[in-house]
Amino acid sequence: MCLCIFGFDLFCSIINCVFKRFVEIGRVAFIAFGPHEGKLVAIVDVIDQNRALVDGPCTGVKRQAMPFKCLQLTDYVIKVPHSARQKYVRRAWEKAEINKKWEESSWAKKIEARKKRATMSDFDRYKVMKAKKMRNKIIKHELKKLQKAASQKKA
Amino acid sequence: MKTLREYKVVGRLLPSAKNPAPPLYRMRIFAPNHVVAKSRFWYFVSQLRKMKKASGEIVYCGLVHEKSPLKVKNFGIWLRYDSRSGTHNMYREYRDLTTSGAVTQCYRDMGARHRARAHAIQIMKVQIIPANKCRRPAIKQFHVTELYRAALQQKHIRRFQRCAKLRLSQVRRTFWCLSVAAKILTCCGWLLRCSFWLLGLLVQVKPGT
Repeated sequence: MCLCIFGFDLFCSIINCVFKRFVEIGRVAFIAFGPHEGKLVAIVDVIDQNRALVDGPCTGVKRQAMPFKCLQLTDYVIKVPHSARQKYVRRAWEKAEINKKWEESSWAKKIEARKKRATMSDFDRYKVMKAKKMRNKIIKHELKKLQKAASQKKA
Repeated sequence: MKTLREYKVVGRLLPSAKNPAPPLYRMRIFAPNHVVAKSRFWYFVSQLRKMKKASGEIVYCGLVHEKSPLKVKNFGIWLRYDSRSGTHNMYREYRDLTTSGAVTQCYRDMGARHRARAHAIQIMKVQIIPANKCRRPAIKQFHVTELYRAALQQKHIRRFQRCAKLRLSQVRRTFWCLSVAAKILTCCGWLLRCSFWLLGLLVQVKPGT
């Protein structure tokens, strides 16, 4: 029965693993800086401790060595054998619909929002201010109604 | 980052009456440019043969392009270098996409690890080594046929997942699964008493044929 208890502890600690995204063959990564900033690539092979052979046929990145420092791992992994040719990387990428999944992810949406905010004109900012005001008014109105109802219930 | 370039340099002694057709000698030189490449050619050739720049000529000096610059390769580099107290031979391994990249890595590495300056290093041979012939553990650790995983814990998760599948399909066949089944039961958050009781039941079950 001691086996059960030890197993439980081990299993618990394993479930609460600190690392969830691993550098592996087929892991899709986001390029954080450099000439291909902002694009997605798949890790096709690991060269050494600091560099990976990386390929992004569907995102316009030629196959090349890229330091891990440039890369930020995403949640997506494509099924690709190590050192697979670009043709097979492309096939696996399209099968997994990585581009579509990326567009729908909150990470990509946040980047998009940041870009939009950076290119706002004064008129855009005015529009945002008005929209926010309208939204907050509605929220406050509803909140006041609930608070009133709650206080009436109490009394 | 500046990398060295690989040059193929071919030279010979100047033809003379005694030696109308002198033999050609070819060298693989790793240098930043063709000027240095030619210079290094004479440096090496005069060490190895009775040939010097004044009495010879370079027939060809051309850049060698990497045959497969998009394939990761293991390079074995044999070199000879002068340390502070003597000269030694070395065999070192590097992983890179190109030969010149690997040799550049070698020079940087020698500078870092042994304080050897470039003028004190002579690259004797560079060869692409198949994965099974690599000798250095630091290079062999990147030869993984399965997925690379950064954390060791991942192996444990997979073993448990495999066990869970086994349990669902073949619980009665192996007693070994009992311990694993017990672990899974407790992990599902069932009461300890419940699991004891259940285990008792499982032990009574006869192994199927």
